[in-house]
Amino acid sequence: MIPAAFEYARASSVEEAAKLLSKYGEDAKVLAGGHSLIPLMRLRLAQPTAIVDINGLKDLDNIKEDGHKLRIGALTRHVTIQNSSVIKEKLPLLAEVAGEVGDNQVRNMGTMGGVIAHADAAGDYPTLALMLDADIVTNQRTIPAREFFKDLFTTSLGPDEIITEVVFPVANGPHKYVKFRRRLFDWAIVGVAAQKINGDWRIGLTNVGPTPVRATAVEEAMHKGAKPEEAAQHASDGLDPAGDLRASPEYKKHLARVLTKRAINQAEGRQ
Amino acid sequence: MAVTQLVGAKIHRREDPRLITGHGHYIDDFTRQGAAYAAFVRSPFAHARIKSIDMTDASKAPGVAGVYTARDFKGQLAGTHPAAPAFVAEKKYIPERFPIAEKEVCYQGEIVAVVLADTKGQAADAANLIQVDYEELPAVMDTEKAMAKGSPLVHQGAADNISWDLTYTGPEVTEAAFQEADVVVKEHILQNRLAPVPMEPRGVLAEYETYDKKLTIWMSSQNPHFIRLFVSGAMGLKESQVRVISPDVGGGFGSKISPYPEDYLVPALSRLAERPVKWIETRTESLQNATHGRGQYYDVEVAAKKDGTLLGMRMTQFLDVGAYCGTFTAFQACTCLMAGGAYKWKGISARTIGILTNRVPTDPYRGAGRPEATHLVERMVDLVALELKMDPVEIRRKNFIQPTEFPFTQNFGLVIDSGDYDKALDRALELVGYKELRKKQADLRKQGRYLGIGISTWIELCGFGPSAATAPATGGIALVESAQVRVTPTGSVIVYTGTHSHGQGHETTFSQIVADQLGVPYESVELRHGDTSEGTAFGYGTYGSRSLAVGGVAISMAATKVIDKGKKLAAHMLEAAEEDVVFDHGSFHVKGSPDKAKAFGEVAFASYGMNLPEGMEQGLEAVAYFDPPNLVWPFGTHIAVVEVDAETGNAKLEKYIAVDDCGNIINPMIVDGQIHGGAVQGIAQALYEEVVYDEDTGQLKTGTMIDYLLPGIGEIPPLSLDHTVTPSPTNSLGVKGIGEAGTIAASAAVINAICDALSPLGIKHVDMPATPDKLWHMMKGASK
Ligand SMILES: Cc1cc2nc3c(=O)[nH]c(=O)nc-3n(C[C@H](O)[C@H](O)[C@H](O)COP(=O)(O)OP(=O)(O)OC[C@H]3O[C@@H](n4cnc5c(N)ncnc54)[C@H](O)[C@@H]3O)c2cc1C
Repeated sequence: MIPAAFEYARASSVEEAAKLLSKYGEDAKVLAGGHSLIPLMRLRLAQPTAIVDINGLKDLDNIKEDGHKLRIGALTRHVTIQNSSVIKEKLPLLAEVAGEVGDNQVRNMGTMGGVIAHADAAGDYPTLALMLDADIVTNQRTIPAREFFKDLFTTSLGPDEIITEVVFPVANGPHKYVKFRRRLFDWAIVGVAAQKINGDWRIGLTNVGPTPVRATAVEEAMHKGAKPEEAAQHASDGLDPAGDLRASPEYKKHLARVLTKRAINQAEGRQ
Repeated sequence: MAVTQLVGAKIHRREDPRLITGHGHYIDDFTRQGAAYAAFVRSPFAHARIKSIDMTDASKAPGVAGVYTARDFKGQLAGTHPAAPAFVAEKKYIPERFPIAEKEVCYQGEIVAVVLADTKGQAADAANLIQVDYEELPAVMDTEKAMAKGSPLVHQGAADNISWDLTYTGPEVTEAAFQEADVVVKEHILQNRLAPVPMEPRGVLAEYETYDKKLTIWMSSQNPHFIRLFVSGAMGLKESQVRVISPDVGGGFGSKISPYPEDYLVPALSRLAERPVKWIETRTESLQNATHGRGQYYDVEVAAKKDGTLLGMRMTQFLDVGAYCGTFTAFQACTCLMAGGAYKWKGISARTIGILTNRVPTDPYRGAGRPEATHLVERMVDLVALELKMDPVEIRRKNFIQPTEFPFTQNFGLVIDSGDYDKALDRALELVGYKELRKKQADLRKQGRYLGIGISTWIELCGFGPSAATAPATGGIALVESAQVRVTPTGSVIVYTGTHSHGQGHETTFSQIVADQLGVPYESVELRHGDTSEGTAFGYGTYGSRSLAVGGVAISMAATKVIDKGKKLAAHMLEAAEEDVVFDHGSFHVKGSPDKAKAFGEVAFASYGMNLPEGMEQGLEAVAYFDPPNLVWPFGTHIAVVEVDAETGNAKLEKYIAVDDCGNIINPMIVDGQIHGGAVQGIAQALYEEVVYDEDTGQLKTGTMIDYLLPGIGEIPPLSLDHTVTPSPTNSLGVKGIGEAGTIAASAAVINAICDALSPLGIKHVDMPATPDKLWHMMKGASK
């Protein structure tokens, strides 16, 4: 519960942050909301030699509408996303998801960039990023979400690469995120997102594998006109989730099917 | 007691403004000049031999003041960890326990070394540099396997893994009952292991003054006088040389009753290092090392007649003791004595077996033995009802001990002082709308939905306790209680008690009692507790819902003694005979002439003066000890309404009703608070909480708050509370304990509701915690 000693530096620009990161080397870490990094440091599961604090980079804390895209700065807090009128109008699914991340403290501190970079299997934004074909923009390049999440806690980010924004498409058709968890402030045991976009369904699954999953078999079945309960049977196709204290692999697969059905039905205004 | 304004009044807790604005004084708020911080090195293995410990790097690390292992404490601490015989008369095997392991570690988290450094961070860093070479030994994790012949041993060289095996009453006492029976139901019932998780973890700050040979210990404890007793003994000091101060305590739930290894090691370190030493437990250390609760299973069978008359019960308790005997671990065997619950039985056969495993020791946890008893009997009664297709309400009514039958001597010779079980049940049924709910349940079933109603008609024995019962159980010290009431010359009152609040609001309730009794303003009464150098010679602590029913009564007795002295003095001042002086609402007056009066304050002032009756000493103060003639017996009915999601197996608590009877109520708001917290703890056991160890390696899997599921406010529906009042004849205040009641009642209500919900699927029993995954698997299996 007491972290190992580390250096601390506060960056005043993305360039400076990148410089600091390369100066401190591979074991340096960006600090955003701190709600994933600090718990790991307290348990000494992460022992960065240096912390580069980007909380001063105010221009990373914004939401911009850009034609058919929404550009969400990496430092935008969950609470801002949850309450943003632009997001509520243009990508209400994202506002809904943000409102269900952790509790007030987590939502006041945690950031879009932090969740994406941390790549926890139970993170909620990665699911949306993957299923909606979002782009992850860094100080060096733009990475399509489908090439970003490599493994559990593993992304294609380089050591001195900093996420600056995440770019989502506008989508305001029927949508729903069904997050199954034991406690209101918990991560998803399994989460399912459903979004209708250009007449077709996008279905994303949270915490059923090391990385987020797009349930293409369900999407295809829906495209071919299957009923939600039939299509949802495909939600667990190809899944091989790890069991944990909250759920066995078998139960997670079952939840993926049940919650997919519920997500589509609820998106369409049925119970 | 006279009917008054304060007793029974719903006044706000006096301690709350301080506590909720961050002005409380918890252990980490204290420090001493020059204090060193301790960091403990703990075994990562459940069971291993210590081959060697290399401290070279650690001792050279920045800020390190000293590095210590078991050998350093050999001359400092004598004796082993105390284990009270408690309710189990026959002790077979109590493994020796020294606060720090030398050759063998027997649970994950056992201390093997300690580092002292100038700062917390330096101590933690250096602790990581200590290299311990272990040889792993097989971990004994399964209680059933641990009992088998040839099982690996929890402690090398022991004869077996059985700590005790005691038959209170053999099968012969239930032979007739089982012969007469029309039905016999059997079940195997689990009590999940729980972590206490107080909001404030433990902590110890100790300062040994080398020149004066005086030791002061600041620590978070429910029981400071016992700590002084144990620690002074182990350190070879006189009790009078040791002062234990337990300031505001942020919860304990039983886990801060018994002394812990750190409670000995930190003071010993202070003496060794000749400087104050501080240690604050981390959350992970707390989950790993604070004594756990429950951790039991039961084999039970019940015999009944066709008409629902309960006849006999045969039960065996298998209790996971952990690696060492907790000081009061055997107290949990009281489940056996309480297994009959609120009902009449021809006979109960009860046996308890305490089994050692390579887990952290268990010890009392809110309710200790009584939640287990309630869960057991309330489950079994429901199973009999199910078998006989009877309404669970009907079977309870049929078998209740009746109001006219109190005092009622139950099967184990305990005398239940009072009760009116139907009354609480009636009120709870009314509050929940029982008949309509049953209709709703039937309708929902037709739609494939599973709604369940669970009833728990709980009773409790508490208020420890009569000297005759407790002195033999603790090894000599009876759990009576002491109080001192001291009146200052200006008439303000300082009350000292040997109990110690860890969240119960004693500063409020005890002041209410004294203010009323002495007729002084509530604001002029001050409660002092938690400091062994203040007030009475010995205090017996707070646990087992004893503080009001024993400590509060002692305070009231001391206040009576103060009034008695005041009467003598007032008579002298009023030139009247003592028999003619009456005390009423803070004033002494002559019978029949209320204007010939002296106010309490005037008498107090005079008591410090020179004009006293002959032979009277100055001052106005008194000490009292209360040795209750019996335990007290609260009771009530809790009803839970749960819907189980047919697809996900998620059990959602829809409604929760609690009607409790704790006799006379001093402060209804505090009683409600206790019920709220208690019930939520029981609900949590039923649905969420469980300490999980890896069954092969003995690694704790629930070592953080992410994995140990403590529910939050979002998971608990508003509780509907009410009370009936059946005063206890056992004490002058007519009060019974309420601190544990909610926990005692709740788990049975919730699990009964789930079983009721799933009964159409043929599911009869569900073990705790009833997780969605578990229920889904059961439902899937049942519908096949
Ligand atoms: C009790 C609790 C409940 C939670 N529940 C949920 C939940 O339900 N769903 C959910 O999705 N999350 C949940 N979280 C996680 C929360 O959303 C975190 O805030 C989030 O995962 C990390 O964001 P952060 O801004 O706090 O990042 P930090 O903790 O500061 O950083 C996390 C990691 O990302 C890196 N990083 C951060 N920002 C950048 C950047 N711009 N560029 C490159 N690397 C970066 C850091 O170096 C670090 O490795 C919960 C957390 C807690 C404590």
